Amino acid sequence: MVEFTLWDILRNLLFAARWTVLLSLIAFVGGSLVGLLLLIARLSTHQLLGRAVAAYVQLFQGTPLLMQLFLAYFGMAMLGAQTSVWTAATLALTLYSSAFLTEIWHGCVLSISRGQWEAGQALALGFIEQLRHIILPQAGRIAVAPTVGFLVQVVKGTALTSVIGFVELTKAGTMITNATFKPFVVYSSVALLYFLICYPISAYARSLERKLDAR
Amino acid sequence: MAVELDFAAVLSQWPLLLLGVAWTVGLTAISASLGVLLGIVCAWVASQGPRWLRPLVASYVELIRNTPFIVQLFFIFFGLPAAGVRLSPEWASVIAMVINLGAYSAEIVRAGIQATPKGHIEAAASLALSRMQSFIFVVLPPSLQRVWPALVSQIIIVMLGSAVCGQISTPELSFAGNLIQSRNFRAFESYIVITVLYLALSMGARLLLNRLGARVFPGAHRG
Amino acid sequence: MPADLTPAVPALTIAGLRKSFGSNEVLKGIDLTVAPGEVIAIIGKSGSGKSTLLRCVNGLETFQHGTLEVDGQALAQDNAAAMRALRQRVGMIFQSFNLFPHLTVGKNIMLAPGLVRKLPADVLLERARRLLERVGLAEKFDAYPDQLSGGQQQRVAIARALAMEPMMLLCDEITSALDPELVGEVLAVVEALAKEGMTLLMVTHEMNFARKVSDRVIFMHQGRVHEQGPPERLFADPQTAELRQFLSSLQ
Ligand SMILES: Nc1ncnc2c1ncn2[C@@H]1O[C@H](COP(=O)(O)OP(=O)(O)O)[C@@H](O)[C@H]1O
Ligand SMILES: [Mg+2]
Repeated sequence: MVEFTLWDILRNLLFAARWTVLLSLIAFVGGSLVGLLLLIARLSTHQLLGRAVAAYVQLFQGTPLLMQLFLAYFGMAMLGAQTSVWTAATLALTLYSSAFLTEIWHGCVLSISRGQWEAGQALALGFIEQLRHIILPQAGRIAVAPTVGFLVQVVKGTALTSVIGFVELTKAGTMITNATFKPFVVYSSVALLYFLICYPISAYARSLERKLDAR
Repeated sequence: MAVELDFAAVLSQWPLLLLGVAWTVGLTAISASLGVLLGIVCAWVASQGPRWLRPLVASYVELIRNTPFIVQLFFIFFGLPAAGVRLSPEWASVIAMVINLGAYSAEIVRAGIQATPKGHIEAAASLALSRMQSFIFVVLPPSLQRVWPALVSQIIIVMLGSAVCGQISTPELSFAGNLIQSRNFRAFESYIVITVLYLALSMGARLLLNRLGARVFPGAHRG
Repeated sequence: MPADLTPAVPALTIAGLRKSFGSNEVLKGIDLTVAPGEVIAIIGKSGSGKSTLLRCVNGLETFQHGTLEVDGQALAQDNAAAMRALRQRVGMIFQSFNLFPHLTVGKNIMLAPGLVRKLPADVLLERARRLLERVGLAEKFDAYPDQLSGGQQQRVAIARALAMEPMMLLCDEITSALDPELVGEVLAVVEALAKEGMTLLMVTHEMNFARKVSDRVIFMHQGRVHEQGPPERLFADPQTAELRQFLSSLQ
């Protein structure tokens, strides 16, 4: 058997961490785009549309992300789609992120007083113009900190894709453990790497929040 | 292309499903109680406990909040035996859930404590209550009431997160799903049923915990 | 002024207007005709439906029965484009100013004409400066709303509404949120507008101002126009017990 040094373990984990970061970014960006569309649908005067988005949010917030991943994986297989864990993981995490982000942003929009919408209406602006020029710039300022904070949740969420076989940081940890029989060292290193990714983001989110409070 | 769904093949395994639900509810109930308790203790340390303990608690909270639950679970179940601590899957799951919830609820409760009006603490002091008495009887109850909705949400997040405990063979709900699909080869249907059960559990838990909050903290008009 | 030979189209015609919030009927049949250039003061107890009436006129609220015409054009509540066309003709000033806090004073004024009228930048700039000068705030072009006093903010709100060149302005208690010493500067702007011939519909608690500036005072009571007339007569010789009681409650 080959002897793994601590450096070997860390190096292999670092390689795998690339995929954690990449998957997180894709899910976060994709989730933001879908989430923005959902937000617009939810804010429109179309009652049914709004309720559908609320149900969508409740569905994703009320079920385990692990099940969402399983359903994406096995659902795509059943539909005869060319299943790769990449697509299943990206799809599930994107939808999951979109639900949380749209909920966060909806809260921020609701915190803007109705008078702002009405002033826009009274000035003959249309719905999208009110949203684009009056509401979103104000809600966006409040939304930055919780949105950055949610990125941490996405990074941690990607760890679950290891269960469907996506080789990212956690899965790499399991594989290296099986090769080295050093679970204590390996999982400590895995945790450390996650911490190194997440902590700066958490700290940044907190400083943004403080800055907003100070104003 | 026609896709045929066969839910009967899943529902016929209802004893397994029921067992899984019972385990998930049980795990959540235990870890919610102990986890919130741990959170309160940590919040106490952070706000008025011994100074030397504070960095320790802060590190614990940050470490847990910035790593995935599945890694915490694997570390406890696979990693600790190397250090001489061998745990059953069930115990490993409970401990991981308690430690996880403890860190999040510490943050939540601390925020509630910070919002305590100074006057309340001064009033307690003027009534000759000790600092500990003041914390337990004056500061804590309204603080918990303030943050109860956030605690409820966090408990539900932990319950949904417990689905990964099936990966170390804890017989909870998602594990039941794994078993069922390995028997009937109906993976999609199995996980649909399991997911619906989780949804029902999370909605039920929210209802129940909100009721509990309204009962334990009467006078919902207060902040 | 040359004598009009043909009867002018009314600026506003309201007939049989009824509005309910759920089962609560708030406007119980309003009939009102406003001539171009007329200045109308609406008074009445809190909850009598004054705000709701104004908000119906520019479509911030929808109503269930009756008709409403602005400058001869019937208001089409479920036609978004028609509502936008209407709102370009009817400006509104709110009690709480509702300036956009993330935009400078100048941008607050230029936003709607730029988006809706698609005016070129130089025209926008020129118009914003002219309007700010008119409300006495020429030097505040680059200030943000939270750097202004309440009275200054409300004057910016007026300039912002005027930038759309409306034919009629709706003012809902526009001085109620102001410290007493700031009321005068806002009322002075409104008075100047009245003198220039702007059609004004204003809900107000400033009876002296209503008496001085308005052509007609409308007393609303429980969702109806309970009594109306020229200010001299209405204040000096109220015909109904409700108006007498309302006026005496103000003293
Ligand atoms: N958005 C609303 N929803 C329900 N009821 C409302 C709403 N706005 C106003 N009302 C009710 O309509 C009545 C008239 O209100 P309003 O027009 O604001 O009166 P005023 O401006 O004369 O004080 C009040 O009884 C008020 O409670
Ligand atoms: Mg009013």
